[in-house]
Amino acid sequence: MATALRIDNLHKSFKTGFLLQKKTILKGISLHVDQGEIFGYLGPNGAGKTTTIKCVMGLIFPEDGDIKLFDLPHLSLKAKERVGFLPENPYFYDYLTASEFLRFYSQLFVIPELEKEKRIEDILQLVDMKKARNLQLRKFSRGMLQRIGLAQALLNNPDIVILDEPLGGLDPLGRKEIRDILVRLREEGKTVFLSSHILQDIEMICDRVAIIVNGEIVNQGYLQELISERILFTEIIISGLGKSDLEELGESLSTPGGKILLKIHDEKKINSVFRLIQDRGGKIHSLTPRTETLEDLFVGMVKKK
Amino acid sequence: MKIKAIALNTFREAIRDRVLYLLLFFALASLLFSRLLALLTVGDRVKIVTDVGLAAISLFGALMAILMGTGLVFKEIDKKTIYTLLSKPIHRHQFLLGKYFGLVLTLFVMLFLMTVIFFVIYFLHALKIEWSMLIALFYIFLELCLITAVALFFSCFSTPILSSIFSLAFYLIGHLSWGLETLFKKMSPGIGKVTARILYTFLPDLENFNFKTEIVHHLPIPPQILFFSTIYGISYTVFVLFLAVLVFRKRDFI
Ligand SMILES: Nc1ncnc2c1ncn2[C@@H]1O[C@H](COP(=O)(O)OP(=O)(O)O)[C@@H](O)[C@H]1O
Ligand SMILES: [Mg+2]
Repeated sequence: MATALRIDNLHKSFKTGFLLQKKTILKGISLHVDQGEIFGYLGPNGAGKTTTIKCVMGLIFPEDGDIKLFDLPHLSLKAKERVGFLPENPYFYDYLTASEFLRFYSQLFVIPELEKEKRIEDILQLVDMKKARNLQLRKFSRGMLQRIGLAQALLNNPDIVILDEPLGGLDPLGRKEIRDILVRLREEGKTVFLSSHILQDIEMICDRVAIIVNGEIVNQGYLQELISERILFTEIIISGLGKSDLEELGESLSTPGGKILLKIHDEKKINSVFRLIQDRGGKIHSLTPRTETLEDLFVGMVKKK
Repeated sequence: MKIKAIALNTFREAIRDRVLYLLLFFALASLLFSRLLALLTVGDRVKIVTDVGLAAISLFGALMAILMGTGLVFKEIDKKTIYTLLSKPIHRHQFLLGKYFGLVLTLFVMLFLMTVIFFVIYFLHALKIEWSMLIALFYIFLELCLITAVALFFSCFSTPILSSIFSLAFYLIGHLSWGLETLFKKMSPGIGKVTARILYTFLPDLENFNFKTEIVHHLPIPPQILFFSTIYGISYTVFVLFLAVLVFRKRDFI
């Protein structure tokens, strides 16, 4: 599959403080995004996600490393024609109305004059902002700004959309709406690259992810492959037995209603639990094997650092 | 085309700035004041109206150029609107030139408004219009174009307050540096003369754009002086814009 975005060995540091000490933010980031996938760039706050994205968009210049968009140098206009970008916490010219704003930005692309208005209409429709078209952006709520931000990113019908924390600061409904739009973009064959520090968002829609911690990629790949199918432990909810009977088998916890939640780490012990319950006339209410989640992986990675 | 879109948006933003109208108000107040001053003095009243009027237009125009020029790029960076703008298929110099031409357009409109009022006041006084004043106004406009470029240059790497101070210093030095010319012409050859000469070559000489005296006193202006001032203004402006682009091209937007 063709590569939409390739980042090779990216290094970036900032000079901070009074003495202009060098602080290294990105320590050799490499990743590649295939065409047509939703790629999640995952990491805790301050890991360097925004810094990476700013390098890709040419807002800051890395000290070292190479960035290619569709095998073109990322700063070439040819590459930029094919990219849409939504920054973190977007803010736009607050004195413009939504449609004035989109009209202004549409002039920065090579779009035939006749097509412009139709394009703007379609996009306002897509992000469900038709009613707000004549409202000044200063009167927009957080969610509305996010959607008009998405609209400006899609104006040029880009092949790749790069979004920095697109779901940040939105309520659950707003998040779902944006997620739906992103999935629709993938269906149209576009590539989506989004960063997030919220796992659920990524887990729900991403094909592949890269995890960045402290300026380094600690893991990268298909979600299913990163998260092993290995069963971590099994949770069994039981009644009719005393807590003391279960001591040797695993951790037990009393739950409301006289039930006991038993957490078994050793698979072999599950059968002994069944036998014990049969012997004592107890009852099994539920049995849940817990496999690894992205969250476990994530927390593990962050801890290791 | 892209530069035009950015310029028009800059214009749209600039004409909403309250500071602009405050300065415009002061400029108009000074114009009215010149009339009052003329009524109270003996002597050539028309000359006073012309003199004070042109000076007010030049000064307030320069203040507008400095405040707008240092504010607008900074605002774009500060509010992060530049993030999405620069991610579009435009070069950074196109952004900067768009800002520049938008500012120049704004100043042109402001200068036009001040000129209209000035001509009305002048007409009330002299009962005629002195069209030769348009020459002086044209060179004031050229000066404003240069000052805008300078303000834009400073705002490419420093805060609005610092840039305003630097630009104001440029304006003041520019209007005083002709003293250096007089100085080195009078000095005897030597190190001092060379220094004064070098300083004068690099420091701006904004008096090149000042034709107030000639207009007020109806003195003839040799065409080669007009030609020189035009070339001087355009090349200095292009040079400063070029420097601004050099700085802006390599800047990190963080
Ligand atoms: N302009 C800057 N100067 C110094 N340090 C910065 C600057 N911008 C970001 N950082 C630091 O870089 C690190 C990464 O920031 P960022 O890329 O914004 O993280 P993320 O987007 O993953 O939350 C943070 O530790 C932050 O403090
Ligand atoms: Mg961030």
